[in-house]
Amino acid sequence: MTQSEIDTIIEEHGRKESAILAILQRIQSKENYLPKEDLEYISQKLKIPLTSIFRIATFYNALSLKPRGRHKIDVCLGTACHVRGGGKILEKLERELKISVGETTKDKKFSLESVRCLGCCSLGPVAVIDGQVYGRLTQDKIPSLLKEFK
Amino acid sequence: MKIRTKTDLEKIKERGIEILYPKGIKISVGMATCGISTGAQKVYETIQNEVEKSRLPIIINQTGCIGFCQREPVVDILEPGKPRVFYQEVTPEKAMRLVHEWIENRVIKDWLFFKMEDEEWIVDNKFWNYSIKQLPKGLDGAYIYRQIPFYNKQLKIALRNCGFINPDHIEEYIARGGYFPLYKALHEMKPEDIIEEVKRSGLRGRGGAGFPTGQKWESCRRAKGDIKYVLCNADEGDPGAYMDRSVLEGDPHSVIEGMIIGAYAIGAHEGFIYVRDEYPLAIKKLQTAIHQAEEFGLLGEDILGSGFSFKINLFRGGGAFVCGESTALMASIEGKVGEPRAKHIHTTESGLWDRPSNLNNVETWNNIPVIISRGSEWYSKIGTDKSKGTKVFSIVGKVNNTGLIEVPMGITLREIVYEIGGGIPEGKKFKAVQTGGPSGGCIPESLLDLPVDFDRLTEVGSMMGSGGMIVMDESTCMVDVAKYFMNFLKDESCGKCTSCREGTKRMHEILTEITEGRGKLEYLDLLEELGWVTAEASLCALGGTAPNPVLSTLRYFRDEYKEHIINRRCPAKVCRALLKYRILPEACTMCGRCAKVCPADAISGKRKTKKEEGIPFKIEEEKCIKCGMCFESCKFNAIEVQ
Repeated sequence: MTQSEIDTIIEEHGRKESAILAILQRIQSKENYLPKEDLEYISQKLKIPLTSIFRIATFYNALSLKPRGRHKIDVCLGTACHVRGGGKILEKLERELKISVGETTKDKKFSLESVRCLGCCSLGPVAVIDGQVYGRLTQDKIPSLLKEFK
Repeated sequence: MKIRTKTDLEKIKERGIEILYPKGIKISVGMATCGISTGAQKVYETIQNEVEKSRLPIIINQTGCIGFCQREPVVDILEPGKPRVFYQEVTPEKAMRLVHEWIENRVIKDWLFFKMEDEEWIVDNKFWNYSIKQLPKGLDGAYIYRQIPFYNKQLKIALRNCGFINPDHIEEYIARGGYFPLYKALHEMKPEDIIEEVKRSGLRGRGGAGFPTGQKWESCRRAKGDIKYVLCNADEGDPGAYMDRSVLEGDPHSVIEGMIIGAYAIGAHEGFIYVRDEYPLAIKKLQTAIHQAEEFGLLGEDILGSGFSFKINLFRGGGAFVCGESTALMASIEGKVGEPRAKHIHTTESGLWDRPSNLNNVETWNNIPVIISRGSEWYSKIGTDKSKGTKVFSIVGKVNNTGLIEVPMGITLREIVYEIGGGIPEGKKFKAVQTGGPSGGCIPESLLDLPVDFDRLTEVGSMMGSGGMIVMDESTCMVDVAKYFMNFLKDESCGKCTSCREGTKRMHEILTEITEGRGKLEYLDLLEELGWVTAEASLCALGGTAPNPVLSTLRYFRDEYKEHIINRRCPAKVCRALLKYRILPEACTMCGRCAKVCPADAISGKRKTKKEEGIPFKIEEEKCIKCGMCFESCKFNAIEVQ
């Protein structure tokens, strides 16, 4: 992200400590991760030590220091999804994409993550791909679901 | 336009009633996250296109969730002089047909959900009657809303508007009595009167711990300081609980109104709503609602001409469970890492930026307007001795009817699971119900007649929490459930207290040993000891209640632990390391489906065709990764799990 783009975001949210999470989320949603140079720039502008920013960036699950894929898959492992087989859905995805949870495919197409409850418990097991919720999943449905994104 | 007088408010109410109950046909689609995830967006677009294309005299509308999430997408049709008709599990194709049938004055009986003859406005204490003059053909005999077992024990206070109003239209909220309680509070009550009323209502915090709300407000009002804050905890992190999401998506103004009343009573002029990152739609609905409230003069300077000012900021969380804890939430808003701190001084005296701060959760705030309108006397008649009012529960897991329910406190677990929830699917046996999220516990069948309230749940080693109720049947392994929660908590522990950081991790390790067949009997005592230390030596409620899932399962399901340890067997057939998959040769039809889906190439045999004889399929144990794909794919029950 260019420095002037970052400046615009900082101005929108205010040059204050309490805006840091919102600013990082904006960069995350645009870049799919938090580039190191962006964090260094924010640290200078907001006069917050870089270590503090790194602490925040690694504390919250929504933020990532590693680039994520073009399509982000979040498999719900909330309790309701767990008892209905959410773990098996995750494993099937790991086998299909040949990556482990938390990783990104080599072609940068998919990132696979797990989340704790999306609040769609009635429809479990549930996964979210690019913000779209898919409910009542079975292992069978996974290959054709992934094809929608190829 | 800014509302300044009661006449202004009445005028908006009239306008809202015209939008809510228009002269022509109105079709509403339930578009909360649960609806959208089952295809409500496509249903909505299909109806919209058809209405435009065929120039049908129909208004198309969006609402929130009516609670019975399992039957989504839900579509309802309202026309003057007819009952309101709800359809369930609507697809785009079904939608096309039912719209055209309605125009011909017919309903499609097989797809009906229920009909309504009137609806209750809980804030106003009124019923809006649809003044039925004619029945569409095919509607006789359809269930009435109140007759459906899922709904007939419910009393909707918190969910009063969900599924009935368009959350983007403030006028519809006002039409059903909204913002009149605020008018009453600002013009007819002193702050002390409001606090007294909330105290007398007996309302306790709906976020988990059940602290008396009025008492909290009072201590914040009395705290020294010119600047005070009110906060709304919408960081609904307990897995399995989603009532706050539903309220925010379906009725955001109820929370805003509650907060304004609270701010006036406490003496705060600024508020924050902390919404969890995983709820993007709730954030969107809140943004719209806050903006509208500002436009109508319900937020900002001189609210409703009373001289009182208040503004609300929306704060989006970063995906950390611990931020649902009050001090961690406040640290997060301040721009710090969301870690809890010791509460020697209460947050009502020194909270956000060290100012007196009052934090309540979504459902608590949402109850306030109703209490102000109907009075504490009415409210306190609902519920039990020490737990007043209703509570919203999400009833999910291994149960027939899943969804959001709101029931008076004191109802028994049996009524919830068997009458509202319709029992366990596939004729399986009930095993436990898990309440209170990761801080709660598992309640066994012997306690099913327990009346549900704050204190009774705590007595049996669980807790109310935010209201998630996960039903478990004989195919759920209780050791696995305990391991699941420990895995959750070890990840979500912020790491500040050693006891919580290490305690959850070690408990998880021990439970893993047990589920993988390396358990020893002395581990059970060790788990109890570790649990005790974790609870006693941790600062916040996350650590303080972390051992509950382990301790409650040890208390009620010790035999299941022992079975894993002594006989290396998982009775629920969940713990993978202890399982064996086998194909029964006599049942195998040699279709070859299992071999095709097996990701490990562990199944061999030969497919039977018209020309050739087959060889029954067999699983090679050393290759099998126990993924269960073959078991799921076999249509002939030829695969046995031991």
